[in-house]
This record gives sequence, structure tokens and C-alpha cells, in this order.
Amino acid sequence: MSNEPKIDLDEVQRIATLARLKLAPREAKEIATNLGDILKYMGQLNEVDTRGINPTSHAIALPTKYRADVASTGMPTTKVLRGAPERIGDGFGVPKIVE
Amino acid sequence: MNYEPVIGLEVHAQLRTKSKLFAPASTTFGASPNANTSEICLGMPGVLPVLNDHAVQLAVRAALGLNCTVHQRSQWSRKHYFYPDLPKGYQISQYDRPIATDGHLKINLESGEKIVRIERIHMEEDAGKNVHDSAITGNRSYVDFNRAGIPLVEIVTKPDIHSPEEASTYMKALRQILRYLWVCDGNMEEGSLRCDANVSIKPIGQKELGTRTELKNINSFRFVSQAIQYEILRQAEVLDRGEKVTQETRLWDSQAKMTRSMRSKEEAHDYRYFPDPDLPDLILEEKMISEIRTHMPELPAEKILRYTQELELSEYDAFVLCEDADVAEFFEAAINRHHNSKTIANWVINDVLRAIKGQPLSALSFSGEDLGTLVSLIDNQTISGKIAKDVFQQMLATGENPEQIVESKGLKQLTNQDEIESIIDDILTKNPENIDKYKAGNTKLLGFFVGQVMQQTSGKANPKLVNELLQKKLS
Amino acid sequence: MSKLAEQTISEISTLLNSREISSAELTQLSLDRIEKYDPKVGAYLHIDHDGAKKQAQESDTRRASNNSKGPLDGIPIALKDIFLTDDLPTTCASKILENFIAPYDATVVKKLKNAGAVILGKLNMDEFAMGSSNEHSAFKPVHNPWNLDCVAGGSSGGSAASVAAGLCYGALGTDTGGSIRQPSSFNGIVGLKPTYGRISRYGVIAFASSLDQVGPMTKSVRDAAILLNVLAGHDPCDSTSADVEVPDYTDRLDNKLGPIKIGIPKEYFIKELDSEIAAAVQEAIELYKNMGCEIVDISLPHTRYAIATYYLIATAEASSNLARYDGVRYGTRHDPNQGLIEMYNETRGKGFGLEVKRRIMLGTYALSAGYYDAYYAKAQCVRTLIRQDFQKAFEKVDIILTPTSPNVAFKFGEHQADPIQMYLADIFTVSCNLAGLPGISVPCGFNQEGLPMGLQLLGPVWAEDKVLQCANAFERETNYQQRRPHEL
Repeated sequence: MSNEPKIDLDEVQRIATLARLKLAPREAKEIATNLGDILKYMGQLNEVDTRGINPTSHAIALPTKYRADVASTGMPTTKVLRGAPERIGDGFGVPKIVE
Repeated sequence: MNYEPVIGLEVHAQLRTKSKLFAPASTTFGASPNANTSEICLGMPGVLPVLNDHAVQLAVRAALGLNCTVHQRSQWSRKHYFYPDLPKGYQISQYDRPIATDGHLKINLESGEKIVRIERIHMEEDAGKNVHDSAITGNRSYVDFNRAGIPLVEIVTKPDIHSPEEASTYMKALRQILRYLWVCDGNMEEGSLRCDANVSIKPIGQKELGTRTELKNINSFRFVSQAIQYEILRQAEVLDRGEKVTQETRLWDSQAKMTRSMRSKEEAHDYRYFPDPDLPDLILEEKMISEIRTHMPELPAEKILRYTQELELSEYDAFVLCEDADVAEFFEAAINRHHNSKTIANWVINDVLRAIKGQPLSALSFSGEDLGTLVSLIDNQTISGKIAKDVFQQMLATGENPEQIVESKGLKQLTNQDEIESIIDDILTKNPENIDKYKAGNTKLLGFFVGQVMQQTSGKANPKLVNELLQKKLS
Repeated sequence: MSKLAEQTISEISTLLNSREISSAELTQLSLDRIEKYDPKVGAYLHIDHDGAKKQAQESDTRRASNNSKGPLDGIPIALKDIFLTDDLPTTCASKILENFIAPYDATVVKKLKNAGAVILGKLNMDEFAMGSSNEHSAFKPVHNPWNLDCVAGGSSGGSAASVAAGLCYGALGTDTGGSIRQPSSFNGIVGLKPTYGRISRYGVIAFASSLDQVGPMTKSVRDAAILLNVLAGHDPCDSTSADVEVPDYTDRLDNKLGPIKIGIPKEYFIKELDSEIAAAVQEAIELYKNMGCEIVDISLPHTRYAIATYYLIATAEASSNLARYDGVRYGTRHDPNQGLIEMYNETRGKGFGLEVKRRIMLGTYALSAGYYDAYYAKAQCVRTLIRQDFQKAFEKVDIILTPTSPNVAFKFGEHQADPIQMYLADIFTVSCNLAGLPGISVPCGFNQEGLPMGLQLLGPVWAEDKVLQCANAFERETNYQQRRPHEL
């Protein structure tokens, strides 16, 4: 973070590819500017000495929670597939996957 | 040039639970598409994971069985990538804080014993299945989420393996131990045990490792050595041509018997792991770990030792009985019913294993207890050994218990002395000339008389008794 | 505003119990008002006429046979459109879920139904709860009933505006960085964000899982307590829901405050704070002093890093939580027929609004290889320091008092140009989420233009009872909550 991150359009495209977001050229340009500014602002965290500080992943430390290994009947297929944009039999249809 | 292969295996083993790792949906194999799903396995909005306690116990058991250090605190992380079979866009897995590390597994090679070090074991949920059967789906694919969320452990070795045979032996030993621990059913064809192999080669003597490829889709024991063998040769050819091995994921094509580059996975992955905020850390109390430790099932090596020392079985017999956990369990059920381990061992090896011809023991329609009963019926002279073979065939065919069969078919051995004597008398009366010959010294004729009695009684007469009585009467 | 529409839940409950009014009449009144006034406010995304009427009738039947389920039975309530409802649409104000009907009810929805509440419909919000003005709804903005030219705040803007305008008697909101408290302050109502883990998140569409919390939005503190009584409690379906005792929050609400210590953090009185709000908060402090409370100056030194910390953590978690909207299993799909990856890119590119995309991009960046330690991991460590600030403060004081927002409701478009300026407006509310604490916003006056202002009270974890008691004492001494907007 000491080197200020450079957010150009290529970098925006790299992140958009990771996040599977198609951005209109205008959006990409705006986001490039925004991200640069925001990350610059985030840079202030560098001022904070966090040596020896444990990270917080959970707001409240809670004990491990378990459920018993009991199988319930599945959700009815009508509900499973209720919102499916494409249905093939009882499966969710997608463009052909080439492996 | 001569090369030395360096191989590490990453094995995914499905834990034997009734329900999924974070959801109550069923894990049964072979259900119709999406029948074993709930809103959680489908990654619906708003769903949250809750951990299956049994899955954790099984993972700990696997870790202890593989001599790992079980960590009292481990952490769930999200691993991100987009693929239709991954419903949430991330897989809940363990990343920098796995449940167990630093174990090993001893394997027996022809050249002797070898230790394969286990780097780590972590828990994770499985993905669903993308189906592309052009007959059904045409130019599309469809997704079935029945597998999604099934609990897995991933067992990662150090790069300690140096030949396809070693890899194959390791897989068999691992499968054996996981089945013993009742952690995984070890069925590679149904996908409950899956093997990815990291393979690289280097000129013999060179310290520095070569570029590795990751082999996927090795879905049968046969293919473990085949795929690795192919890949070693392929890499050697590449290097011999003066080219470089590309670091990539390759798919084993069992039809073509070759590995090929997996284009869809070529895109460099950036999984963006971070601790899952929906799941508190996995804290294992020392008490829980030691509880599992004290209840660990006996493992193959210990069992073989006990069979040879306490049960006085031959090493060969002990080895055969212990090769598969189900067989050993069957054998023990039998000897618990009837304490004659040697005879029962013979029955299991010569009759039971032959009858099932490599099929899983679960195909058998009777239990180990039933076999114990059968042998007890021989030993207490209710039936003869010969009749027992017939009863066994009947048990195989119908699954009826041996006592029932003996009762309903009237196969009970004839042990009533008077009854046998009257049959003997009858036979002797009808064969005066043979009596003379016998008395004249042709003692082989005793067999003739015994045979007559057995025939008369449909084999049910107690042969020992028949012999004694005949000898007495003929003397 | 009609007298009946102005009433609180506790007042209406009395009327229902004495049979002065039926739930059917009350529900009809609410539905009529929605039809008449909501076109101007834009609070509702979906109105369930038939369901609400049916539930009202069932409630009346129960009451007639003396089987009332308690103070919520028959009360018309509405839900932020982030709560999943079986058989009703849930869109999260996003095009990507435009026609989505969930296959199950959120735990809190089940709880409301079990308590006999009548569910009128689903309320507008910023898309995926990302925003503080409700201008980021994919469908329509929410107008502030106190001044239709102003925003309602966000992200639970529809919830706040509908309660303020008398279009429901109470609403559920969610609060990730102030999304209950800030719109409550903009609309002159009470909004409570309970301790993280107090209320189940199961069936609540996730924005940032370690920060999100459900809470009630109501006209009075007592109403918030009544709703919290129903909502709070352990849920076996949510691993982060705490198995801790839940008191009856209405029990000690009216108890005298006594000589409690109220901390005033100096870091919250910054130059960006609106001077009228500063004055109103000062008045509130005086009032507490007069009630016998001890006012203590405290310091929360890491406050200035809260926004950076919050936006890194919230966007990182959001980028992960929103990965499931891929057009495979549900939701709106855009498929240009160029293969799988293009289907993903188009679906998500067209389905999400600009603000959501901006945040997914930021979060993805913060988690990506090479940047994780510098951004996400760093933010998590600073989060620890922010939590410790509060832990230390609560060793000295019982309650912390601050303004809820540095500003009152602003005009449409005013804060949209610069995302950082927009994010900075959350400065007083985000720390509470980072630390998992309970916090409440209560009306503390009106500015010269007649727009409401809010006071924020924060308590230690699990101390909702204290927070409510303290807020209730303030409400009793003032009459701000009795002032309602003019009929629209």
C-alpha cells in the first residue's frame, strides 16, 4: 500500500474479469477514477501500527456451532426449479461447458 | 536422458455422513437430479451454513488414523471462482488453518516399507455436477446439485512418491485405512474417493524440482498408475525434445488413455480466500479429540498382528482377512458368534470371498453371525461338513439363516445310536458276502458300509458314529 | 395525518384488545393509505393486499376467541425487501432479482407470522443495501415524507419512510453500517440495531455477513422493544446467532435511569457535523444531566479509520456474497449466446447497478492476490483496535451518546457525485457494526427547515435493554416522536 496503487483501465478490466462483471466503457472509466480515489483514502490505514494485533473476522467471538447429522427430505423439485432461468429436465440449463 | 518422477497426491474423500457438511439435505448416491438439495445447497439468497458434527468427527478420525497433528483451532475460508456447479460462487473450505497437518502413511512396496508424509488434511464441501450428454442436453449443459455440499476431506501428501506403482500402492493403502476408519466408503467409481496427482520429473540426481502438471479426473484405481505413467513419459518426451513442461491442469482421458490440457481451467486462478464470516472458527476440545482417539477402530497392521498372535491364524490368512475392513468385520462377527477362528477363517477365505468374486461384501445376503452359526452347527455335530456346504449354497441363494435351513430341510445329523444301529443292521443283513470279505481282511470295505449308511440317511448320519458302530458290529 | 395512522403499536394493540377496532379495519386503512400516499413516497416495492387481508381476518378470529398471540397480533407491519418471503417477491431492489420468489421464509419472517403480525408488503431500499440515500434502488427512489424533495436515507429508506408516513405501524430493516439508524434519523423515527448475533440472519439477503444485523424501525422506543421481543433469540440455522438469554425488553423500559454514566466521544464532534445537529445533541446531553446521569468525556481514538476499515471489510464480504447471482439457478439471466463466461459477464454486468458494481470491484480488488494483506487483512486488524476502543470505553461508561448522522436528509443528487463523500457520511454509524454493538437512533429535534435530527445511543454487547431504557427516558422527556409529517 506504500506504493500507491495505480488503477488504470487495464487494472479495472482485470478485476472485472475476476468478478465476472461486464462494464460499459463509461462505467469502467468512472470506476477506475473512483477506485483510485478510494484506495488512496484507504491508504490512511498505513498510519495504524497493527503489529501484534490479531485480525477480527467475526464481530462477536462465538463458539463452534454444530447440527446433528440428520438428513431431511429434499426441497420439492417444483420449488428447487421455480426460479430457474433455463430448465433441462430437473436440471438447471446453462451454455455448454467445454472442459 | 533418465528422469526421476516426483509425485504428490491430493485425494478427496467423501465423509460417510447422512447429511451434507452445512445443510440437512441427504447424501445418498444416485438420486434423480436436484432431489437431494435444499435452499442451502442451491446457494439461495439468505442461506447460512451450520456445521455437521459427525463430519467433523470423521475428519478427526481420519487425521488421527493418518498420524496427523489435529489442530484445536481451525478456520473456514471461502474459495472463490465462477463455475455453474459451484452454487454460491465460492466453496467453503479450509485454507491457512486446516484441521490437521503433518501426518504419514506407511505403505508396503515389494522393495519394503515406505513412509509417505501427509502435509495436510482439510475439510471442504463438494461442488455439484455439470452434465453434458448431448443426447439429452443438445448444445447445452445442465447442473445437478445433489453432490453440492457433500462433506469431503482433502488429504495432501508431500512429494514423496516416485513411481506410478508407489502412487497406486499409496491409494490402495489410503483407501484401506479410510474404510477401516469408517470415514469413507472408498468407491472411486461413484466419486467418493478422487485423486488428483501433481507430477513432475527431473534428471536423476538433480535437486531442483521440475515444472509440475496437475492431473485430474483419475476416477478408478487402474487409472492412478496409468495416468501418472503416461504423464511421466509425456513430460520426458517434452524435455527430450528440448522443450519445457508447461505448468497446467491436465485431464486424464481414460478412453484415449492419455492426459490432455484442460482449456477451461487455463485462466490463472485468483481464489481470493478469506475467513468465512458466517462460520465461527472450528474449535475442538482436547476432550473430544481424546474421546475419538480412544474409540479409534483397530487399523489393518494391528489387526493382522492380533490375528496371527491371538487367533493363531497364518500370516497369509490374516492378511487376506484384513485387506478389506468389511471382510475383517464379517470375520469378527462370525467368530464372536462361534469361537473357532481357524475354521471360520477358512470358510471366509475359501467360500465367502470366492462366492462374491470381488463384489463388495454388502452384496452378500447373510451376515458374519450366520456364518458363525453354520460352523457351530458343524462343530456341535448337528450337521456334517459336507451338508454344511449345501447349507452355505442355500444361504447364498436365499439369505436364510443356517438353523432355519437345517430345520426346514430336515438336514439335522442323525446321532441317535439306536436309529443308526437299526439301519446298520438292515444293511448288514442285506450284504452277508461283504461281511465275510471284510472279516477275511478286506478292511477297505468299511467304506462301502459307511457309504451305504450315508446313502440310506441322505448323508445325515454322523459319520464318526457310523464308523464306530460299524467297526463294533463287524468285529 | 389521521389519528389512527399516527398511533404506535402499543397504542393500537390496546385498541385491538378492547375491540375498538379490528385488524381487518386497520389493515384496510393501511392499504388505503399506501394506495393514496405511496406513489409520492415510493416506500413499497410490493404490496400483498390479499395476504394482508387474510392475515388480518385470522387475527380477528383469534382475538374473538381470546387466543391473541400478543401485542403484535393483527398489527400491520412491512418488511425491507431484503427479507425472504415464501411466495412473495424478494428483489433486494435489484434488477438481478427482479422476478425472484424465494422458496422459504426468513427466520424473522416466520417469527413475525407466529406473533400474528399482518405483513403488508416489501419495502424499497438501496440495491443490496448498498447506499445511504435510497437513490440506489434499481426501481425507484424513496422520498422523505417530511420533504418530498429530500432523500429518505438508506439503505432501509423505504422502511423508515413508510413508518414516518403512517404506511405501516412498524418495519424491519437491516443495518450493515448504519442502514437502520441513519434513515431513522432522517425520518424522525426510532431505529434499533441490536448486538451482532442477537437476531437471526437466516433468510436475510447478505451484504456483509460479519456486519449485517436485523432490527426494528418504529415510531416509539416501546414499539422497538415490542418488536425486539419477537425477533430476538437463538436460531439453530444461523451459526452466528448467539445462544444467550433474551430478557423481556418492555419490562424495565419505564424504570428510572438512575445515575448511569454516559460517555461522549470527542472524535464524533467533527467540523463536518451540522451545527443544528450539534446543538440538538448538546441539548440532549443537558437533558440526561438533568435526569441525574453523569456525563463523561471519552475517546475512541481509532474512529477516524472506521470508514476505511468498514468499506474494505464490507465490500470484500459483499463481493463474495454477491457471487451467487450468476443467472444459473434463479434471478434474471442475460445470455448473448457466446458461451458461459459471457453469460456470467452480461448477467452480472446488466443485473447489478453502478454502486453495487463499484463495491464488488473494490471488494474483489481488496481480496485479490497481492493486495489481501495490504487491504483486507490490514482492515481486519484495525477492526480489532476499533473494538478495543469500545471495550475500554465501556469499562468507564454505561452508554455512549453521539449524533446519528452528520447531516439531515439532503436533496436528491446532492451526495451522488463523489463516492468518498457519500461513504464519509456514515462516519458515526459504522464503528458500531465493526464492534458488533447495539445502537439506537431516536429523534432529537427538528432543524429550521423542519427536518428531523437523530441522536445515537450505543451500548456494550447484549445490552439492548440498557440502550432501550436510556432511549425511552429521553423520549419520555421530549415530544419529538409525537410530531408526524403533514399529510402528503
